[in-house]
Amino acid sequence: MTSHKRLHLKTYLLILIMILAGPLGNLMLGKGMKNIGKVATRVSSLGELMHVFARILSSGTIWLGIASLLTFFVAYMLVLSWADYSYVQPASSMAYAVVALLATLLLGEVVSPLRWAGIAIICLGVFVVGHTSPRTTEHP
Amino acid sequence: MFEVIFFSLIVVAGTGGELCVSRAMKEVGEVHDFRPLAVLKVIRQAVCVKWMWIGVGLMTLGFFSLLAMLSLENVSFVVPVTALGYVAGALGGRFFLGERVNWRRWAGIFLVCVGVTLVVVGKG
Repeated sequence: MTSHKRLHLKTYLLILIMILAGPLGNLMLGKGMKNIGKVATRVSSLGELMHVFARILSSGTIWLGIASLLTFFVAYMLVLSWADYSYVQPASSMAYAVVALLATLLLGEVVSPLRWAGIAIICLGVFVVGHTSPRTTEHP
Repeated sequence: MFEVIFFSLIVVAGTGGELCVSRAMKEVGEVHDFRPLAVLKVIRQAVCVKWMWIGVGLMTLGFFSLLAMLSLENVSFVVPVTALGYVAGALGGRFFLGERVNWRRWAGIFLVCVGVTLVVVGKG
């Protein structure tokens, strides 16, 4: 295999990891927090807040979510070390669509057509933002 | 009510944290050497900048607000709305870091706002 092909393969593999690990991380955080319950509506004292923190930090699903988000972050950093930001960034804009897709498939969430349209426009907006110059200030 | 507070914290504290970290890294200077020892030296320099600590504190607040929000609402609603961070990021970049935000970036941010509006309207 030529080094050019190997570089492409390595890039696609890491982008795939990014597209899956980021949304999966958010999904696991969501599932973990749903198991814990509506924390915001029950915390009325410092003791209860500490109790909620203890439950969050002892949840395996939350830690899996954090590990998955860290995997996303490491893959993102690695791929940015050789690939252009404008090449990698569209993949991160896709994360908004992937998270909704995985939430419907794995968590059984219902996403209305209007919300799908909104998510598609968000992806487009993030894509447009990513296709602007990465530096707009003078180099010191 | 809780939703508005937590979304505001996710967007403002999360993005504010990233802006502070960005400001701290600008003070450290552009990184050219990526060897492990050189990276360690950059990290040591970065933790001595006060903006880094303010940034990390704000990002932590943003992360726990995200967790609180995920306990109240579906992931497919919460994550797309957090894209509002791009709006806060552009405003902060323009006014806090003195970046020049061009029309194309504003257009992208406008699209994000339209998309988030549809996501919120489509929730009902």
